[in-house]
Amino acid sequence: MMGKIKEILALPNDSKQKTLFVAVALCLVCSILVSGAAVVLKPLQDANKAFDKKKNILQIAGLMEEGKSVDELFKQIEPRVIDMATGEYVEGIDPVTYDQRKAANDPKQNIVLTAEQDIAGIKRRAKYTSVYLVKNGDQVKSIILPIHGYGLWSTLYGFLALEPDARTVVGLGFYAHAETPGLGGEVDNPQWRGKWVGKQVYGPDNDVIIRVIKGAVGPDTPDAYAKVDGLSGATLTARGVENMLHYWLSEQGFSKYLSNIRSKGGQS
Amino acid sequence: MNPEAKKSLLAPLVDQNPITLQILGICSALAVTTSVKTALLMSVALTLVTAFSGASISAIRHHIPGSIRIIVQMTIIASLVIVVDQLLKAFAYDTSKQLSVFVGLIITNCIVMGRAEAYAMKNSVGMSFLDGVGNGLGYSLILVMVAVVRELFGAGSLMGYQILPLTTDGGWYQSNGMLLLPPSAFFIIGFIIWGFRAWKPEQNEEPDFKIHESHSHTASGSH
Repeated sequence: MMGKIKEILALPNDSKQKTLFVAVALCLVCSILVSGAAVVLKPLQDANKAFDKKKNILQIAGLMEEGKSVDELFKQIEPRVIDMATGEYVEGIDPVTYDQRKAANDPKQNIVLTAEQDIAGIKRRAKYTSVYLVKNGDQVKSIILPIHGYGLWSTLYGFLALEPDARTVVGLGFYAHAETPGLGGEVDNPQWRGKWVGKQVYGPDNDVIIRVIKGAVGPDTPDAYAKVDGLSGATLTARGVENMLHYWLSEQGFSKYLSNIRSKGGQS
Repeated sequence: MNPEAKKSLLAPLVDQNPITLQILGICSALAVTTSVKTALLMSVALTLVTAFSGASISAIRHHIPGSIRIIVQMTIIASLVIVVDQLLKAFAYDTSKQLSVFVGLIITNCIVMGRAEAYAMKNSVGMSFLDGVGNGLGYSLILVMVAVVRELFGAGSLMGYQILPLTTDGGWYQSNGMLLLPPSAFFIIGFIIWGFRAWKPEQNEEPDFKIHESHSHTASGSH
């Protein structure tokens, strides 16, 4: 074996045999290196992802506390899976391991949206969706809904947290996006995120009324309770956020689930 | 350290800087310089990839068939980039989320390929490693300079800490949004090149064409 390798290595560099040998050997070594790194580091990466998600849910629900571990704080939150068509909870799927993003790409578990329905620019969504309930005993304190949609450059992934009345915003935030830092990236600005708190997403007839307007919302703005300041220099990202909310709060999104919650008076 | 090694390591900082003199790696210099933190992490990633790809290409340089040498270089570089990307995802998750696309693009960064082809194919392992580190540092130097200007005047902060209070947060500084857009990096890199060449005039290239003085025949006026 070693003798054979030495024999090939002694051949002139541009001979056919040696070219093939070098190509195959290099690919073998590189693929072992790459797959080795991927396998060894996978548990760490998965832990990072899960941790990041939990942290984001806690932040958006306003439950982050200094000096307490994320895992400990996350005990207040109950993940559930709902059927988007009926708005009812689905039993038999483990909500901790259910991967909605994977399901959205599986033809058996997703629905493809028509151009008309697809105002958020997401093309398809999972039939079943995760939701997170912040609970105090049996009483729901807030409802956290995963949302995503297209901004200017990228799909923004985030969460919308609502009060148990299923109308008032507790928080809105994004944990993954690739908008321009300083412009569209300002969706992460705590100041702007703060402006969402207390806004109403539904009108009296349960139509989605929340809007992101150009400029700032002042005390004289009509319907200020359902309007949020735009982001200067990032009109398209702000519009993306608005479209995303309109989609996810519509019949196509969480509207049925939220009206179920309202009719149950915040019990679950 | 022998003078040869010192030269490999230090020349790319100013005298042979990959961005300002060799004009390589401009694309990523535009993309990741909106904040100092991402620029620093990108610098570390690129320096590691350039150094280790230089060393590994140099190690097998006597056995690389000329007909597939570029593919061999690319394979080595790409594998290293994937490993770096995986490491970032495991140990610097938050920053890797911002950087991930650009880390993948190190594969196409001209500096890595350029050094592999121009230096590592002809020089020893140790020297190629140093050359990679040197060029990585030269790239880092410019990246950080650009990022400091862009983050400080574009967002009023450095490394994420607010230095100039923004008007949007009730301060006095009206941020310059253009600095956060990619074209501004072109201007800044242009100014840096200007500065370097004013300081070291030997970096100026000979013009490709000379403009001849026309011989004016004022007396005859025959033309």
